Amino acid sequence: MFRKIAQPAQGVTVEVDGTPVRASLGETVADLLLRQTEVGFGVNAASGRVRAPYCMMGVCFECLVEIDGRDSQACLMPVREGMRITRRMGRPEVAA
Amino acid sequence: MSDHVDLIIIGAGPAGMSAAIAASRQGLSIVVLDEQARPGGQIWRNVEQRRDGALSTVLGRDYAAGAELVDRFRACPADYRAEASVWHIDEGQGTGGGKVFYLKDHQARVLEGRCILLATGAQERPPAFPGWTLPGVMGIGAAQVTLKSGGQIPDGPVWIAGCGPLAYLYAMQLRRAGGTIAGFLDTTPPGRLLPNFFAFLQAMLFQPAPMLKGVAWQLALRCTVPWVPHVAALTADGGDRLKTLTYTTTGGKPVTVEAAHLLVHEGIVPGTHPTLMLGCEQAWSDAQDCFAPKLDEWGETSLPGIFVAGDAGGIAGAQAARLRGELAAVAIMRRLKPSAVAERDAVKRLRSRLSRIIAGRAFLDRYFRPREAACLPPDDTVICRCEGVTAAQIRALTTNGLGDPNMVKAFTRAGMGPCQGRQCGYGVARLTAEITGTHAATVGLYRARPPLKPITLGELAVLDKQRTEA
Repeated sequence: MFRKIAQPAQGVTVEVDGTPVRASLGETVADLLLRQTEVGFGVNAASGRVRAPYCMMGVCFECLVEIDGRDSQACLMPVREGMRITRRMGRPEVAA
Repeated sequence: MSDHVDLIIIGAGPAGMSAAIAASRQGLSIVVLDEQARPGGQIWRNVEQRRDGALSTVLGRDYAAGAELVDRFRACPADYRAEASVWHIDEGQGTGGGKVFYLKDHQARVLEGRCILLATGAQERPPAFPGWTLPGVMGIGAAQVTLKSGGQIPDGPVWIAGCGPLAYLYAMQLRRAGGTIAGFLDTTPPGRLLPNFFAFLQAMLFQPAPMLKGVAWQLALRCTVPWVPHVAALTADGGDRLKTLTYTTTGGKPVTVEAAHLLVHEGIVPGTHPTLMLGCEQAWSDAQDCFAPKLDEWGETSLPGIFVAGDAGGIAGAQAARLRGELAAVAIMRRLKPSAVAERDAVKRLRSRLSRIIAGRAFLDRYFRPREAACLPPDDTVICRCEGVTAAQIRALTTNGLGDPNMVKAFTRAGMGPCQGRQCGYGVARLTAEITGTHAATVGLYRARPPLKPITLGELAVLDKQRTEA
C-alpha cells in the first residue's frame, strides 16, 4: 500500500506472521505493515471485516496487532531487532 | 513506590516541551510522560531522525524547525519518560495536582505531582461516511504521520478529500515526495469567502506569512492536480479494501471513480478524554464545532493545579501551543515557588504573540468549518468503527426518546470498543442532537472513565507489588 521515498541506511530484521522482514530503524510497526502486500492489520471483532489503521497516532486502535505475544498499538511501537509481529486475521473465538 | 514531583507533564509535543523547558529553568522537579518513542508530538514526529536528507526537504522548513525545540527539551533537566501511556489520573480532591498512573514496559506505575499539565494534543475530526472503514481509507494526518515516521507515501494515485490547512500541506508534501494525486475533492462548502471576508483580512494582517503560504499552496494545487470543488458527499466501496469512490458535488450528480487510496480530513479537534475523565468543566466552541476544557488565562482547568496547554485546550496550532505551554509554566511556577521573580514583561510578550495567532485563527475556523453532512452521515454509515454501530441504529434509538450518548452506548455498544469512543463520540452526539432537536453542546459527549488506555490485569498487578515493596 505504501512505498519508501528513499532507501534507509540502517535496518533491523523482524518477523511478520513468521516470515523475516527488513524494517528501517526509527519507523513504527504500523509503518512497516503498511508496506506489506496483505493490506489488513487484523479483523474487526464485531463485524469480522478486515481493517487497517485510520489515525496512525494512537487514537483509533485499528492497528492493534500482537507484538512479542502482547496486544499492542502498532502505530506507537518502534520496530526493534528480532520483534515478532502477528496479525490476527481470524475472528476471536469465545469459549462457551 | 509513588514518586513525588512538582510537576507532571503529559505529552512531549510543542506545548509539553515548551512548558518543561520553561519550568525546569525555575528549578521545579518535572517528569514528562509521552506515548511516543521520541519527543516532538505529531507535528514534529520523528524530527530528530529526519533533520537531514531528502525527507526533510519534502516535509519543509516548518517541520525541520522543530528539531531546535526538541534539542532544548532533551538538554533541559526535566525527567523525560518515553513510551509511557497514561491510563488514569486521580486529582488531589481540590488540594491541587494529583496522581498519574501510566504504563511503561508493560508495568503500571504511579507518580504524584503538585501540579499536572495536560499537553495531550488533538486528533483528526473523524468524518464518518459510508465505506470509511475499508483498508485504503485513512486520515490525511495519518498519512502525514507515516511520511514523518516511516518516510513513505501511498503507492499509486491518491484521492484527497477534505479541507483545511493540513489537507493542502500534505498534498504539497506528497507531490514533492514523488507521489501522484488522482484528484483533490475539496469539501469546503460554496460561499464561504464573502461572509468571512473581514476575518480573512484580519488573518492576512496578523498572520501574513502562513496565510500567504496557504493561498499559494491552494493556487499551486488547483493549477496542477484535478481539482473538484464543493464536494458534498463521499462513499467508498470495495470488498476487503477500497476499490471505488463515489463523490457528489453540491447540486451535482454522483461520480464514481477507481480508487486505491483515499485520504480524508475535516480539521482537528482537542483530545478530550483526560479532562472529561477528570471531570474538568467543558465548554462547547461554536467557532471550532467541538468541546474544549474551560481554561483560565493561564490554562488552568476548573480543577486546581490541573492545567491544559496546546491544542488539547482548543485548536490553535503548534506556535500557539509553545506559547500556551510557557504561560502555563509561569502560572505553575508562581503557585509552587512564590519566592521566584515573576517576569511581567516576558508574560506580556507571550500574550501579545498568542493573541496575534488567535486573531489569525478565526478565519481558518470559519472558512474550513466542516459541512453539516460530514457530521450527519447517511443511515448506512458505520459511526462506531470498533463495534460496527451504524447511523441507522443510533437514529432508531434516539427516535424512541433516548437523548443521551451514554444511553446510546448502553443500548448499542457504540463507544465500548478499544478506542473508547474517541472516533464516534462526536458522531453519536451530533446524531442524538439531530433526532432530539437539540444541539450537540447540550447533548454532550460520552462519559470517559479509567482506564484511558486498555491495560491487562498482569500489568495492573505490578502496581500492587510496587506499593508493598515501598
